[in-house]
Amino acid sequence: MTIHLSLMLWAPAAFALLGALFSGGGRTITRAIAGVGTLIALGYAIALVVDYKSGGGQQYVTDRMWIRELGIHYKLGVDGLNLFLILLTSVLFTATTLWSLQDDRAREGTYWLHLGLGHTFVLGALMAQDLALFVAFFDLMLIPFFFLSLGWGDGPRAERAAAVTKLVIYTLVGSLLMLTAAIALAVLSASQSGNDLSFAFSDLQQVTLTKGSQEWIFLCFAAAFLVKMPSFPFHGWMPDGYRSLPLPVLAVFSGVLSKVAAYGFLRIVVPLLPDAAVHFQTLMLLIALASVLYGSVMAFTTTNARIILGYSSLAQLGFIVLGVFSLTEQGAQGAILQSVNHGLVVAPAFFLVGAAAKRAGGSEDIRDMGGIAFRAPILTVLFLIVAMANLAIPGSSNFVGEFLILLGVFNAKLAIACIAFTGVALAAVYTLRLFIRAMHNRVGQRVDSRDLSLGDALVLVPLVACILGLALYPQLALKKGERTVKGSVAAARQITHPPKAAAAARVPAGGQTVPLDPTTGQPVDPSATGGTTP
Amino acid sequence: MSSAFLSLAASTGKIKGPHIDWAGLSPLVAILGGVVVVLMAGLLRPRFAREQLVPGLALVSLLASLGLTIWQLDEDKSLVANSLRLDGLSTTLTVIFLAAGIATTLLSWRALAPRESAHGEYFALMLTSIAGMIVLVWAQDTITLFLGLELLSIPLYVLCATEMRRASSLESGLKYLVVGSVGSATLLYGLALIYGATGSTGYAETAQAFAAKGLSSDTLALGGIALVVVGMCFKASVAPFHQWTPDVYQGAPTPVTAFMAVATKAAAFGVFLRFFDVALIDAQSTWGPALAALATITIIVGNVGALGQSSLKRMLAYSSVAQAGYMLAGVVVSTQLGVRATVFYLAAYLVMNLAAFGVIIARERETGRGDDISAVTGIGASRPLLAWPLTISMLALAGVPATAGFIGKFQLIRATVDGDYAWLGIVIVVGSMISLGYYLKVIAAIWSTDAVDEAPATAGGSVALPALAGGAPDGPVTAPPAKPAWELTLVSVVFGAAIVVIGVLPQPLFDFVERASSAFANLV
Repeated sequence: MTIHLSLMLWAPAAFALLGALFSGGGRTITRAIAGVGTLIALGYAIALVVDYKSGGGQQYVTDRMWIRELGIHYKLGVDGLNLFLILLTSVLFTATTLWSLQDDRAREGTYWLHLGLGHTFVLGALMAQDLALFVAFFDLMLIPFFFLSLGWGDGPRAERAAAVTKLVIYTLVGSLLMLTAAIALAVLSASQSGNDLSFAFSDLQQVTLTKGSQEWIFLCFAAAFLVKMPSFPFHGWMPDGYRSLPLPVLAVFSGVLSKVAAYGFLRIVVPLLPDAAVHFQTLMLLIALASVLYGSVMAFTTTNARIILGYSSLAQLGFIVLGVFSLTEQGAQGAILQSVNHGLVVAPAFFLVGAAAKRAGGSEDIRDMGGIAFRAPILTVLFLIVAMANLAIPGSSNFVGEFLILLGVFNAKLAIACIAFTGVALAAVYTLRLFIRAMHNRVGQRVDSRDLSLGDALVLVPLVACILGLALYPQLALKKGERTVKGSVAAARQITHPPKAAAAARVPAGGQTVPLDPTTGQPVDPSATGGTTP
Repeated sequence: MSSAFLSLAASTGKIKGPHIDWAGLSPLVAILGGVVVVLMAGLLRPRFAREQLVPGLALVSLLASLGLTIWQLDEDKSLVANSLRLDGLSTTLTVIFLAAGIATTLLSWRALAPRESAHGEYFALMLTSIAGMIVLVWAQDTITLFLGLELLSIPLYVLCATEMRRASSLESGLKYLVVGSVGSATLLYGLALIYGATGSTGYAETAQAFAAKGLSSDTLALGGIALVVVGMCFKASVAPFHQWTPDVYQGAPTPVTAFMAVATKAAAFGVFLRFFDVALIDAQSTWGPALAALATITIIVGNVGALGQSSLKRMLAYSSVAQAGYMLAGVVVSTQLGVRATVFYLAAYLVMNLAAFGVIIARERETGRGDDISAVTGIGASRPLLAWPLTISMLALAGVPATAGFIGKFQLIRATVDGDYAWLGIVIVVGSMISLGYYLKVIAAIWSTDAVDEAPATAGGSVALPALAGGAPDGPVTAPPAKPAWELTLVSVVFGAAIVVIGVLPQPLFDFVERASSAFANLV
């Protein structure tokens, strides 16, 4: 089956633009046109997951020279690293679309335009197989959210403008450093290998830079990704930013954009800069650990429900970074799985916060909530499922993810793993606190308990079904990506665990580099045959 | 008596003038011809002739010159006894000047400034200034360089003061005159010292003398280079010689500000590239680090200065200082890649700024609020055709992907990394980070939904002349509000679209500026 990634990538933006142009024709037309774009992307994403051949490397590759002068390719591809993140993105954007249908808002056409652009840019960042293209989409995906917050956000306008400006500056500070680092990476690689300048990952992987260059380039990339996630010392934009984004948009912002950063570590930093990744492993693990602990503690001391979820995400993303920088296969697999899990959990969680706030007289403070479960059994059950998944109860997919991550860290740095375990316990504390304060306890003063409407159920039930589905069969996400995920940490792993004599037979290139398939740029595994790009 | 005439005629016949390649010189001739015709047409009595015919003739002369430049695009030859050179850099930059000139003509068409000062003079001065720019970047000789510089500057001093009843316009002209003259004098002194050290005025001979006599460490030559750097930094508004920029940009009539921002900058960088990368290339190890330090200061000063501004023109003035710093990075590295990056950025800078100025002028005329940020507040809902170009322009100046600014910065950073100045690349992005603080403020204002009092801030009262022009010092600050003008929307939309087109498909522009670097066979 041929799947044109470009069609999938540009459909949401193109249809949203069309919808905005026809916004004179009435709200329904705009919504319908924009909705079609989102559904096309969702359909393609499902088709990708069904059609993807587990053993293969990159598939459905589109490769065109985009800017010859700069050696930038328009290269898209899907492999085990981004397959499920692409699906997650489309699912969450569809949920946000359905959710946004519930409210009336001014300048509807522009709203859908920005949402569609956001969808396209996030997909672009995930699909890009060229470093410059990745950087461009990574920066661009922030811009629609800037406008969404500015035009339709919550809170007084002046505060909102300040908060969202802070958000953009914070994240672009990282991204711009990454831009310099990316250019340096490509230019230095080209001068070292003597080839023409090229930003394609497959070309960059052929060259291993000197350790000194790797280290400063690593720090720039890490700054970009840690800010975007956000991670502990770089999260200053998060509380204000979260407060000012409209909830439906926040669900997808928190669910997807942070994952692109985690993905960036596995796609770019660890495979292209293996020496630096090993060099800074302890630093990154400590930052991640600090995120886990700080996020957890903040999450059970804050009272605003959406900020609780924000800090909870901070802690969860800390786990993901732990997984990545364990530089082990289990850790990396856990990180990808946990990225999907967290996205699937946090989006319905924001919806539930919105639903609870509606029933608590519009306040998102958990002190004003309470007793909502009284006349809302279905809502409560769904909330409970989401909460259980968030605290990674055994049997949930989150449990599998965290288990793999901790296993990886355990193999890499024992002491850090021991402290990180407390994060799992803390997750139970803040999640249950949120659930109990909102749903049970004494009935809040302005609480008006009522169950889900059909429209609410339409958004929430499919998401919860996804959580349950993944809980029953997490191998789905693990298996399809296994080979690529292993490949991305392989180079770094060889530095931390130099191959023994038996392993040396599998790695003929002499310890430092992994043999690469010249067509896909992926590490070659001699045991697997076929299954590559048609 | 008659014998005296005869001997004079005989002697002039004996003086052999230099061979002149008229084909190569034709773009310059078209502009100079335009100056004469426009000046004459401005004397006509009918209102139509003055207000429509004069700008029309200016436009014709610019378009003719553009056509001739494109005809001569790939030529590479010396004109007029080696004092001018037509090569890739000359033609590329000339196209940039002419594009700026065409846009400025449209922006000035129904503006206040030409009405105040007389149309013929206004447009003739603008064309003269463009002629000066052409001479400046075509120059192969320090004498020609200085002639070009003065031909460029003196009309600009006057143009700044063309809104004669507004005190700040006069102030702007006077300030520019004083500071500009200091800059010119410094430059001239520097050129004289370099002449003293090398014994020649031609660029090529200067370069040879540097190589042959080992002048890279000669005190006289280095003193000359330092003074030349200072003089050119005044023109290019490179910090710490930028202090005039915000005042002059703010005070000058806005179309003139737009012209100064894009065309003068391009001319200054053209001569920077030409003089430093050709004549002084042997001393690169001396001036390279100095210019790198200046670029760093400029980027920081410009961006930090812009943060607190509420006047859009002042903000863009500081922003132009910062952008000058970015482009200086392309000069510092002295490679062909650096030349290409600088010229590409100049082109990108042209489209970004003209889109923004088009909107500012349009709102200035419609609201009567001047260039204050409140003039663009809330135009997202009421004037989408102005709101989008300004938004795109601000995003592009900040360096957001899929805009010309991003590709331009990308190429500049690549040039710095490639030329072993990677730290300068970091400085560029640090500058971009700071710049987000003020560009986003404008975007937030554009898309603000708060109701803005649409009533004009000032009503047209009695018109009085300021003291300097023979009247009372307090006249009206701005013209009365006017109806939206289609040509302003056109300029904004065309350049706004160009920003995105260049951002998405930059290869044609890369191919176009490629020829600029072919003029520097001496560089790697």
